[in-house]
Amino acid sequence: MAVLDQFLAIDRIRCDGSGLCAELLPELIELDDWGYPIVAAGSVPPVLMEHARRAVAVCPVLALRLRAVPRATMPSQTGPRVRARTAGG
Amino acid sequence: MQPRLLAGPLLADGAESFASHRTRLGSLPGKAVRAGLSDTLIASGLLGRGGAGFPVGRKWASVAERSGGAAVVLVNGAEGEPLSAKDRTLMATRPHLILDGAELAADVVGADRIVLYVGREHGAAGRALERAVRERPVPKSLSIDLVAAPTTYLAGEESAAVHFVDTGDGRPTTTPPRPYERGIGGRPTLVQNVESLAHAALIARYGDGWYREVGGDQTRGTALVTVGAVARPGVTEIAIGAPLAELAEHTGAPADAQAVLLGGYFGGWVAADEARDLVLDPATMRAAGKAFGCGVVAFLAGDGCGVTATSRIMTYMAGQSAAQCGPCVFGLRAIADTTATLASGRGRASDLERITRWSEQLRGRGACRHPDGAVGLLDSGLRVFADEFARHATGRGCRATSRGRAA
Repeated sequence: MAVLDQFLAIDRIRCDGSGLCAELLPELIELDDWGYPIVAAGSVPPVLMEHARRAVAVCPVLALRLRAVPRATMPSQTGPRVRARTAGG
Repeated sequence: MQPRLLAGPLLADGAESFASHRTRLGSLPGKAVRAGLSDTLIASGLLGRGGAGFPVGRKWASVAERSGGAAVVLVNGAEGEPLSAKDRTLMATRPHLILDGAELAADVVGADRIVLYVGREHGAAGRALERAVRERPVPKSLSIDLVAAPTTYLAGEESAAVHFVDTGDGRPTTTPPRPYERGIGGRPTLVQNVESLAHAALIARYGDGWYREVGGDQTRGTALVTVGAVARPGVTEIAIGAPLAELAEHTGAPADAQAVLLGGYFGGWVAADEARDLVLDPATMRAAGKAFGCGVVAFLAGDGCGVTATSRIMTYMAGQSAAQCGPCVFGLRAIADTTATLASGRGRASDLERITRWSEQLRGRGACRHPDGAVGLLDSGLRVFADEFARHATGRGCRATSRGRAA
Protein backbone atom coordinates (compact mmCIF):
# COMPACT_ATOMS: atom_id res chain seq x y z
CA MET A 1 0.00 0.00 0.00
CA ALA A 2 1.26 3.43 -0.88
CA VAL A 3 2.44 5.62 1.95
CA LEU A 4 0.42 8.78 2.30
CA ASP A 5 2.15 12.07 3.00
CA GLN A 6 0.08 14.84 4.54
CA PHE A 7 0.32 18.32 3.12
CA LEU A 8 -1.19 21.52 4.44
CA ALA A 9 -3.46 23.20 1.90
CA ILE A 10 -5.06 26.61 2.19
CA ASP A 11 -8.18 27.78 0.41
CA ARG A 12 -6.85 31.24 -0.35
CA ILE A 13 -10.27 32.66 -1.15
CA ARG A 14 -11.68 31.62 2.23
CA CYS A 15 -8.65 32.51 4.33
CA ASP A 16 -9.19 35.85 6.07
CA GLY A 17 -5.91 36.00 7.94
CA SER A 18 -7.00 35.22 11.48
CA GLY A 19 -3.48 33.90 12.07
CA LEU A 20 -4.53 31.18 14.51
CA CYS A 21 -2.84 28.49 12.41
CA ALA A 22 0.54 30.20 12.73
CA GLU A 23 0.11 30.39 16.50
CA LEU A 24 -0.53 26.68 16.78
CA LEU A 25 1.96 25.53 14.16
CA PRO A 26 4.82 28.03 13.96
CA GLU A 27 7.21 25.33 12.73
CA LEU A 28 5.37 25.16 9.41
CA ILE A 29 3.33 28.34 9.15
CA GLU A 30 4.49 31.93 9.35
CA LEU A 31 2.54 35.06 8.59
CA ASP A 32 3.32 37.67 5.96
CA ASP A 33 3.30 41.41 6.69
CA TRP A 34 -0.52 41.43 6.42
CA GLY A 35 -1.16 38.40 8.60
CA TYR A 36 -1.75 35.82 5.87
CA PRO A 37 -0.14 32.41 6.22
CA ILE A 38 2.98 31.23 4.39
CA VAL A 39 3.28 27.46 4.58
CA ALA A 40 6.69 25.79 4.54
CA ALA A 41 7.29 23.56 1.52
CA GLY A 42 6.99 19.82 1.90
CA SER A 43 4.82 17.40 3.83
CA VAL A 44 3.93 17.59 7.50
CA PRO A 45 6.44 15.56 9.54
CA PRO A 46 4.72 12.89 11.68
CA VAL A 47 6.00 14.52 14.85
CA LEU A 48 3.96 17.64 14.03
CA MET A 49 0.79 15.89 12.83
CA GLU A 50 -1.09 16.44 16.06
CA HIS A 51 -0.30 20.17 16.01
CA ALA A 52 -1.24 20.35 12.36
CA ARG A 53 -4.62 18.72 13.05
CA ARG A 54 -5.24 21.21 15.82
CA ALA A 55 -4.37 24.12 13.52
CA VAL A 56 -6.79 22.79 10.93
CA ALA A 57 -9.53 22.39 13.53
CA VAL A 58 -9.15 25.91 14.89
CA CYS A 59 -9.37 27.80 11.56
CA PRO A 60 -12.53 29.89 11.94
CA VAL A 61 -13.33 29.88 8.21
CA LEU A 62 -12.30 26.27 7.48
CA ALA A 63 -9.69 27.45 5.00
CA LEU A 64 -6.90 25.19 6.25
CA ARG A 65 -6.95 21.48 5.61
CA LEU A 66 -4.71 18.45 5.35
CA ARG A 67 -4.41 16.75 2.02
CA ALA A 68 -3.09 13.20 1.75
CA VAL A 69 -0.85 12.52 -1.26
CA PRO A 70 0.53 9.06 -2.09
CA ARG A 71 4.29 9.28 -1.77
CA ALA A 72 5.07 7.43 -4.98
CA THR A 73 3.48 10.15 -7.11
CA MET A 74 5.65 12.89 -5.66
CA PRO A 75 9.20 11.57 -5.89
CA SER A 76 10.79 14.99 -6.17
CA GLN A 77 9.06 16.46 -3.14
CA THR A 78 11.66 18.10 -0.98
CA GLY A 79 11.64 17.66 2.76
CA PRO A 80 9.99 20.24 4.98
CA ARG A 81 11.86 23.22 6.23
CA VAL A 82 10.99 23.00 9.88
CA ARG A 83 11.63 25.94 12.12
CA ALA A 84 12.48 25.43 15.76
CA ARG A 85 9.50 25.12 17.99
CA THR A 86 9.56 27.90 20.53
CA ALA A 87 8.81 27.45 24.18
CA GLY A 88 5.13 27.12 24.97
CA GLY A 89 4.29 26.36 21.30
CA MET B 1 6.96 32.12 -44.36
CA GLN B 2 3.53 31.38 -45.78
CA PRO B 3 0.88 32.38 -43.27
CA ARG B 4 -1.53 29.64 -42.24
CA LEU B 5 -4.13 31.12 -39.93
CA LEU B 6 -3.93 34.47 -41.68
CA ALA B 7 -3.81 33.10 -45.24
CA GLY B 8 -6.70 34.23 -47.45
CA PRO B 9 -8.27 37.64 -47.89
CA LEU B 10 -6.61 40.80 -46.61
CA LEU B 11 -7.12 41.37 -42.91
CA ALA B 12 -8.25 44.90 -43.67
CA ASP B 13 -11.26 43.42 -45.48
CA GLY B 14 -12.65 42.17 -42.19
CA ALA B 15 -14.35 38.86 -41.54
CA GLU B 16 -13.95 36.19 -44.20
CA SER B 17 -17.33 34.95 -45.42
CA PHE B 18 -18.37 31.32 -45.12
CA ALA B 19 -18.39 31.00 -48.91
CA SER B 20 -14.81 32.22 -49.21
CA HIS B 21 -13.70 30.10 -46.27
CA ARG B 22 -15.32 26.95 -47.70
CA THR B 23 -13.87 27.56 -51.19
CA ARG B 24 -10.41 28.15 -49.80
CA LEU B 25 -10.24 25.31 -47.26
CA GLY B 26 -12.97 22.85 -48.18
CA SER B 27 -15.43 21.29 -45.77
CA LEU B 28 -14.64 19.81 -42.40
CA PRO B 29 -13.19 16.29 -42.32
CA GLY B 30 -15.50 13.44 -41.38
CA LYS B 31 -15.75 10.65 -38.85
CA ALA B 32 -12.47 8.85 -39.53
CA VAL B 33 -10.35 11.96 -38.98
CA ARG B 34 -12.37 13.07 -35.98
CA ALA B 35 -12.03 9.70 -34.26
CA GLY B 36 -8.27 10.10 -34.14
CA LEU B 37 -8.11 13.87 -33.82
CA SER B 38 -6.98 14.04 -30.16
CA ASP B 39 -4.05 11.78 -31.05
CA THR B 40 -3.32 13.77 -34.20
CA LEU B 41 -3.22 16.94 -32.15
CA ILE B 42 -0.94 15.31 -29.59
CA ALA B 43 1.35 14.17 -32.44
CA SER B 44 1.35 17.68 -33.90
CA GLY B 45 2.73 19.08 -30.65
CA LEU B 46 0.21 21.94 -30.73
CA LEU B 47 0.37 23.92 -27.48
CA GLY B 48 -2.45 26.11 -26.17
CA ARG B 49 -2.10 29.75 -27.19
CA GLY B 50 -3.86 31.44 -24.30
CA GLY B 51 -0.58 31.80 -22.45
CA ALA B 52 -0.15 28.65 -20.36
CA GLY B 53 0.90 26.49 -23.32
CA PHE B 54 -0.78 23.24 -22.27
CA PRO B 55 -0.79 20.52 -24.99
CA VAL B 56 -4.10 20.85 -26.85
CA GLY B 57 -4.58 17.17 -27.73
CA ARG B 58 -4.11 16.06 -24.15
CA LYS B 59 -6.69 18.58 -22.98
CA TRP B 60 -9.23 17.28 -25.52
CA ALA B 61 -8.55 13.70 -24.46
CA SER B 62 -8.99 14.58 -20.76
CA VAL B 63 -12.40 16.12 -21.39
CA ALA B 64 -13.46 13.31 -23.74
CA GLU B 65 -12.65 10.74 -21.04
CA ARG B 66 -15.07 12.34 -18.62
CA SER B 67 -17.78 13.82 -20.81
CA GLY B 68 -20.34 11.05 -21.35
CA GLY B 69 -21.56 13.16 -24.26
CA ALA B 70 -22.49 16.06 -21.99
CA ALA B 71 -19.39 18.24 -22.09
CA VAL B 72 -19.23 21.93 -22.97
CA VAL B 73 -16.72 23.72 -25.20
CA LEU B 74 -15.86 27.23 -24.09
CA VAL B 75 -14.23 29.14 -26.93
CA ASN B 76 -11.98 31.54 -25.08
CA GLY B 77 -11.88 34.91 -26.82
CA ALA B 78 -11.50 37.05 -23.71
CA GLU B 79 -8.19 38.67 -24.49
CA GLY B 80 -7.49 40.51 -21.24
CA GLU B 81 -3.79 41.05 -21.84
CA PRO B 82 -3.43 44.79 -22.57
CA LEU B 83 -0.56 44.34 -25.03
CA SER B 84 -2.14 41.51 -27.00
CA ALA B 85 -4.46 41.89 -29.98
CA LYS B 86 -3.95 38.59 -31.81
CA ASP B 87 -7.10 36.87 -30.52
CA ARG B 88 -9.45 39.73 -31.39
CA THR B 89 -7.74 40.08 -34.78
CA LEU B 90 -8.26 36.40 -35.53
CA MET B 91 -11.89 36.48 -34.38
CA ALA B 92 -12.63 39.57 -36.43
CA THR B 93 -11.05 38.21 -39.61
CA ARG B 94 -11.17 34.37 -39.55
CA PRO B 95 -14.30 33.54 -37.49
CA HIS B 96 -15.06 30.37 -39.48
CA LEU B 97 -11.66 28.87 -38.81
CA ILE B 98 -12.30 29.27 -35.08
CA LEU B 99 -15.83 27.85 -35.37
CA ASP B 100 -14.46 24.91 -37.37
CA GLY B 101 -12.12 24.16 -34.50
CA ALA B 102 -14.89 24.57 -31.93
CA GLU B 103 -17.24 22.28 -33.85
CA LEU B 104 -14.56 19.60 -34.20
CA ALA B 105 -13.69 19.95 -30.52
CA ALA B 106 -17.35 19.55 -29.54
CA ASP B 107 -17.55 16.37 -31.61
CA VAL B 108 -14.31 14.93 -30.27
CA VAL B 109 -14.87 15.68 -26.57
CA GLY B 110 -18.57 14.85 -26.71
CA ALA B 111 -20.12 18.28 -26.17
CA ASP B 112 -23.61 19.48 -27.09
CA ARG B 113 -22.96 23.11 -26.25
CA ILE B 114 -20.44 25.67 -27.46
CA VAL B 115 -20.07 28.95 -25.61
CA LEU B 116 -18.35 31.73 -27.52
CA TYR B 117 -16.83 33.73 -24.69
CA VAL B 118 -15.69 36.99 -26.24
CA GLY B 119 -14.39 40.13 -24.57
CA ARG B 120 -17.15 42.74 -24.38
CA GLU B 121 -14.77 45.37 -25.73
CA HIS B 122 -13.81 43.29 -28.79
CA GLY B 123 -16.79 44.63 -30.79
CA ALA B 124 -15.71 43.56 -34.28
CA ALA B 125 -14.71 40.12 -33.00
CA GLY B 126 -18.06 39.42 -31.36
CA ARG B 127 -19.99 40.68 -34.39
CA ALA B 128 -17.91 38.57 -36.78
CA LEU B 129 -18.46 35.39 -34.78
CA GLU B 130 -22.17 36.07 -34.36
CA ARG B 131 -22.61 36.58 -38.09
CA ALA B 132 -20.46 33.54 -38.85
CA VAL B 133 -22.67 31.30 -36.69
CA ARG B 134 -25.72 32.41 -38.71
CA GLU B 135 -23.87 31.95 -42.01
CA ARG B 136 -22.85 28.33 -41.62
CA PRO B 137 -24.70 25.07 -41.20
CA VAL B 138 -24.54 24.03 -37.54
CA PRO B 139 -25.35 20.44 -36.50
CA LYS B 140 -28.81 20.31 -34.90
CA SER B 141 -27.41 18.55 -31.85
CA LEU B 142 -25.24 21.54 -31.07
CA SER B 143 -26.22 24.79 -29.36
CA ILE B 144 -23.95 27.79 -29.80
CA ASP B 145 -24.31 30.93 -27.75
CA LEU B 146 -22.28 34.08 -27.41
CA VAL B 147 -21.39 35.38 -23.95
CA ALA B 148 -19.85 38.83 -23.59
CA ALA B 149 -16.90 38.47 -21.24
CA PRO B 150 -16.01 41.18 -18.72
CA THR B 151 -13.19 43.55 -19.63
CA THR B 152 -10.79 42.48 -16.94
CA TYR B 153 -7.33 40.96 -17.05
CA LEU B 154 -8.56 37.80 -15.35
CA ALA B 155 -11.73 37.28 -17.43
CA GLY B 156 -9.95 34.72 -19.61
CA GLU B 157 -8.54 32.68 -16.71
CA GLU B 158 -10.31 29.37 -17.20
CA SER B 159 -12.01 29.02 -13.82
CA ALA B 160 -13.07 32.68 -14.03
CA ALA B 161 -14.54 32.12 -17.49
CA VAL B 162 -16.58 29.14 -16.32
CA HIS B 163 -17.66 31.02 -13.19
CA PHE B 164 -18.83 33.99 -15.26
CA VAL B 165 -20.84 31.90 -17.73
CA ASP B 166 -22.52 30.09 -14.83
CA THR B 167 -23.17 32.93 -12.42
CA GLY B 168 -22.20 36.27 -13.94
CA ASP B 169 -19.31 36.50 -11.46
CA GLY B 170 -16.05 36.68 -13.43
CA ARG B 171 -13.68 35.95 -10.56
CA PRO B 172 -11.54 32.80 -10.49
CA THR B 173 -12.63 29.96 -8.22
CA THR B 174 -10.63 27.64 -6.01
CA THR B 175 -9.21 24.67 -7.95
CA PRO B 176 -9.40 21.71 -8.04
CA PRO B 177 -11.80 20.88 -9.53
CA ARG B 178 -10.52 22.31 -12.78
CA PRO B 179 -12.95 23.04 -15.62
CA TYR B 180 -12.03 19.86 -17.52
CA GLU B 181 -13.31 17.93 -14.51
CA ARG B 182 -16.21 20.13 -13.48
CA GLY B 183 -16.96 23.26 -15.46
CA ILE B 184 -20.04 24.99 -16.87
CA GLY B 185 -23.18 23.65 -15.19
CA GLY B 186 -21.00 21.09 -13.41
CA ARG B 187 -20.14 19.46 -16.74
CA PRO B 188 -16.64 18.69 -18.00
CA THR B 189 -15.64 21.77 -19.97
CA LEU B 190 -12.97 22.29 -22.59
CA VAL B 191 -11.72 25.86 -22.26
CA GLN B 192 -9.67 26.58 -25.35
CA ASN B 193 -8.17 29.74 -26.73
CA VAL B 194 -9.44 30.86 -30.16
CA GLU B 195 -6.03 30.60 -31.84
CA SER B 196 -5.58 27.05 -30.56
CA LEU B 197 -8.93 26.08 -32.09
CA ALA B 198 -8.02 27.66 -35.42
CA HIS B 199 -4.79 25.65 -35.56
CA ALA B 200 -6.75 22.50 -34.69
CA ALA B 201 -9.10 23.16 -37.62
CA LEU B 202 -6.16 23.20 -40.03
CA ILE B 203 -4.44 20.18 -38.46
CA ALA B 204 -7.70 18.23 -38.83
CA ARG B 205 -7.66 19.00 -42.56
CA TYR B 206 -3.97 18.61 -43.38
CA GLY B 207 -2.56 16.37 -40.64
CA ASP B 208 0.09 16.60 -37.98
CA GLY B 209 2.89 16.03 -40.50
CA TRP B 210 1.85 19.16 -42.37
CA TYR B 211 1.67 21.14 -39.13
CA ARG B 212 5.20 20.09 -38.23
CA GLU B 213 6.66 21.12 -41.60
CA VAL B 214 7.58 24.51 -40.19
CA GLY B 215 8.69 25.48 -36.72
CA GLY B 216 11.50 25.67 -34.20
CA ASP B 217 13.94 23.14 -32.83
CA GLN B 218 11.64 22.15 -30.00
CA THR B 219 8.18 23.48 -30.83
CA ARG B 220 6.74 23.17 -34.31
CA GLY B 221 4.12 25.15 -36.20
CA THR B 222 3.26 28.82 -36.56
CA ALA B 223 2.04 31.34 -34.02
CA LEU B 224 0.31 34.68 -33.91
CA VAL B 225 2.25 37.40 -32.14
CA THR B 226 1.44 40.99 -31.24
CA VAL B 227 4.35 43.36 -31.63
CA GLY B 228 4.29 46.69 -29.83
CA ALA B 229 6.31 49.89 -29.50
CA VAL B 230 7.76 49.50 -33.00
CA ALA B 231 7.41 51.47 -36.24
CA ARG B 232 4.90 48.95 -37.63
CA PRO B 233 3.03 47.52 -34.62
CA GLY B 234 0.35 44.89 -34.90
CA VAL B 235 -0.47 41.23 -35.25
CA THR B 236 1.57 38.94 -37.44
CA GLU B 237 2.00 35.21 -37.92
CA ILE B 238 5.49 33.81 -37.47
CA ALA B 239 7.07 30.41 -37.89
CA ILE B 240 7.81 29.25 -34.37
CA GLY B 241 11.57 29.32 -33.89
CA ALA B 242 11.98 32.57 -35.81
CA PRO B 243 14.76 34.75 -34.42
CA LEU B 244 13.49 37.65 -32.36
CA ALA B 245 16.00 39.86 -34.19
CA GLU B 246 14.25 39.09 -37.48
CA LEU B 247 10.86 40.11 -36.07
CA ALA B 248 12.45 43.24 -34.63
CA GLU B 249 13.84 44.21 -38.00
CA HIS B 250 10.66 43.33 -39.88
CA THR B 251 8.48 45.48 -37.62
CA GLY B 252 10.90 48.36 -37.19
CA ALA B 253 11.89 47.98 -33.57
CA PRO B 254 13.87 50.89 -32.10
CA ALA B 255 17.55 50.38 -32.94
CA ASP B 256 18.52 51.46 -29.44
CA ALA B 257 16.00 49.19 -27.66
CA GLN B 258 17.32 48.35 -24.20
CA ALA B 259 14.89 45.54 -23.40
CA VAL B 260 11.91 43.64 -24.71
CA LEU B 261 8.84 42.43 -22.85
CA LEU B 262 8.01 38.89 -23.92
CA GLY B 263 4.78 37.03 -23.14
CA GLY B 264 2.85 40.03 -21.88
CA TYR B 265 2.21 40.99 -18.27
CA PHE B 266 2.44 37.32 -17.26
CA GLY B 267 5.79 37.08 -19.03
CA GLY B 268 8.96 39.00 -18.41
CA TRP B 269 11.59 41.49 -19.49
CA VAL B 270 14.62 40.37 -21.44
CA ALA B 271 17.68 42.61 -21.83
CA ALA B 272 18.49 43.65 -25.38
CA ASP B 273 21.86 41.91 -25.51
CA GLU B 274 20.25 38.65 -24.41
CA ALA B 275 17.31 39.16 -26.78
CA ARG B 276 19.60 39.41 -29.81
CA ASP B 277 20.16 35.64 -29.95
CA LEU B 278 16.72 34.59 -28.75
CA VAL B 279 14.44 32.44 -30.90
CA LEU B 280 10.67 32.57 -30.46
CA ASP B 281 10.10 28.97 -29.49
CA PRO B 282 7.98 28.33 -26.35
CA ALA B 283 9.92 25.23 -25.23
CA THR B 284 13.35 26.74 -25.88
CA MET B 285 12.30 29.93 -24.15
CA ARG B 286 10.87 28.12 -21.14
CA ALA B 287 14.12 26.19 -20.71
CA ALA B 288 15.92 29.54 -20.62
CA GLY B 289 13.49 30.98 -18.07
CA LYS B 290 11.66 33.12 -20.64
CA ALA B 291 7.99 33.17 -21.53
CA PHE B 292 6.40 32.97 -24.96
CA GLY B 293 3.03 33.28 -23.20
CA CYS B 294 0.37 34.73 -25.46
CA GLY B 295 2.91 35.94 -28.03
CA VAL B 296 3.40 39.54 -26.94
CA VAL B 297 6.66 41.20 -28.02
CA ALA B 298 6.98 44.81 -26.83
CA PHE B 299 10.16 46.86 -27.00
CA LEU B 300 11.46 49.41 -24.53
CA ALA B 301 13.38 52.13 -26.33
CA GLY B 302 16.81 53.22 -25.17
CA ASP B 303 15.52 56.43 -23.61
CA GLY B 304 12.75 54.66 -21.65
CA CYS B 305 12.90 53.96 -17.93
CA GLY B 306 12.66 50.27 -17.06
CA VAL B 307 11.70 51.06 -13.46
CA THR B 308 8.81 53.24 -14.57
CA ALA B 309 7.67 50.72 -17.18
CA THR B 310 7.77 47.92 -14.60
CA SER B 311 6.00 50.09 -12.04
CA ARG B 312 3.14 50.81 -14.45
CA ILE B 313 2.64 47.11 -15.07
CA MET B 314 2.64 46.35 -11.33
CA THR B 315 0.07 49.07 -10.73
CA TYR B 316 -2.11 47.60 -13.45
CA MET B 317 -1.74 44.07 -12.12
CA ALA B 318 -2.56 45.12 -8.54
CA GLY B 319 -5.66 46.87 -9.86
CA GLN B 320 -6.67 43.74 -11.74
CA SER B 321 -6.54 41.44 -8.72
CA ALA B 322 -9.91 39.75 -8.29
CA ALA B 323 -9.58 40.90 -4.66
CA GLN B 324 -10.43 37.51 -3.21
CA CYS B 325 -7.17 36.30 -1.69
CA GLY B 326 -5.40 38.32 1.02
CA PRO B 327 -1.83 37.82 -0.22
CA CYS B 328 -2.79 39.08 -3.69
CA VAL B 329 -4.92 42.00 -2.47
CA PHE B 330 -2.42 43.34 0.07
CA GLY B 331 0.84 41.98 -1.34
CA LEU B 332 0.37 43.16 -4.92
CA ARG B 333 -0.92 46.54 -3.78
CA ALA B 334 2.11 47.05 -1.53
CA ILE B 335 4.48 45.92 -4.27
CA ALA B 336 2.83 48.27 -6.79
CA ASP B 337 2.87 51.26 -4.44
CA THR B 338 6.46 50.70 -3.38
CA THR B 339 7.63 50.17 -6.96
CA ALA B 340 5.89 53.43 -7.87
CA THR B 341 7.71 55.18 -5.04
CA LEU B 342 10.99 53.86 -6.43
CA ALA B 343 10.07 54.95 -9.95
CA SER B 344 9.31 58.46 -8.71
CA GLY B 345 12.85 58.73 -7.34
CA ARG B 346 11.72 59.10 -3.73
CA GLY B 347 12.47 55.49 -2.83
CA ARG B 348 15.16 54.03 -0.60
CA ALA B 349 17.22 50.88 -0.49
CA SER B 350 14.78 49.42 2.03
CA ASP B 351 11.98 49.75 -0.54
CA LEU B 352 13.96 47.67 -2.97
CA GLU B 353 14.56 45.05 -0.28
CA ARG B 354 10.88 44.95 0.59
CA ILE B 355 9.57 44.44 -2.93
CA THR B 356 12.16 41.71 -3.41
CA ARG B 357 11.06 39.92 -0.23
CA TRP B 358 7.34 40.39 -0.91
CA SER B 359 7.65 39.06 -4.41
CA GLU B 360 9.41 35.92 -3.13
CA GLN B 361 6.70 35.41 -0.54
CA LEU B 362 3.76 35.94 -2.87
CA ARG B 363 4.42 33.15 -5.31
CA GLY B 364 1.90 30.30 -5.22
CA ARG B 365 -0.32 32.01 -2.65
CA GLY B 366 -3.40 32.82 -4.70
CA ALA B 367 -6.36 30.71 -5.79
CA CYS B 368 -5.32 31.52 -9.35
CA ARG B 369 -1.91 32.39 -10.75
CA HIS B 370 -2.43 36.14 -10.98
CA PRO B 371 0.04 36.95 -8.18
CA ASP B 372 2.57 34.47 -9.62
CA GLY B 373 2.40 36.15 -13.01
CA ALA B 374 2.76 39.60 -11.53
CA VAL B 375 5.78 38.81 -9.35
CA GLY B 376 7.37 36.89 -12.22
CA LEU B 377 7.23 40.09 -14.24
CA LEU B 378 8.64 42.09 -11.31
CA ASP B 379 11.49 39.61 -10.83
CA SER B 380 12.46 39.97 -14.47
CA GLY B 381 12.38 43.76 -14.12
CA LEU B 382 14.54 43.66 -11.00
CA ARG B 383 17.05 41.53 -12.90
CA VAL B 384 17.09 43.28 -16.26
CA PHE B 385 16.93 46.81 -14.83
CA ALA B 386 19.04 46.04 -11.74
CA ASP B 387 21.26 49.10 -12.25
CA GLU B 388 18.30 51.38 -12.83
CA PHE B 389 16.49 50.06 -9.73
CA ALA B 390 19.65 50.61 -7.70
CA ARG B 391 19.98 54.19 -8.99
CA HIS B 392 16.35 54.90 -8.14
CA ALA B 393 16.76 53.38 -4.67
CA THR B 394 19.81 55.43 -3.77
CA GLY B 395 18.73 58.88 -4.83
CA ARG B 396 20.82 58.93 -7.99
CA GLY B 397 17.73 59.50 -10.08
CA CYS B 398 16.63 58.19 -13.42
CA ARG B 399 19.00 57.82 -16.33
CA ALA B 400 16.18 57.77 -18.84
CA THR B 401 15.19 60.87 -20.69
CA SER B 402 11.63 59.72 -21.34
CA ARG B 403 9.28 57.90 -19.01
CA GLY B 404 9.31 54.29 -20.18
CA ARG B 405 6.50 54.36 -22.65
CA ALA B 406 6.73 50.84 -24.08
CA ALA B 407 4.74 48.66 -21.80
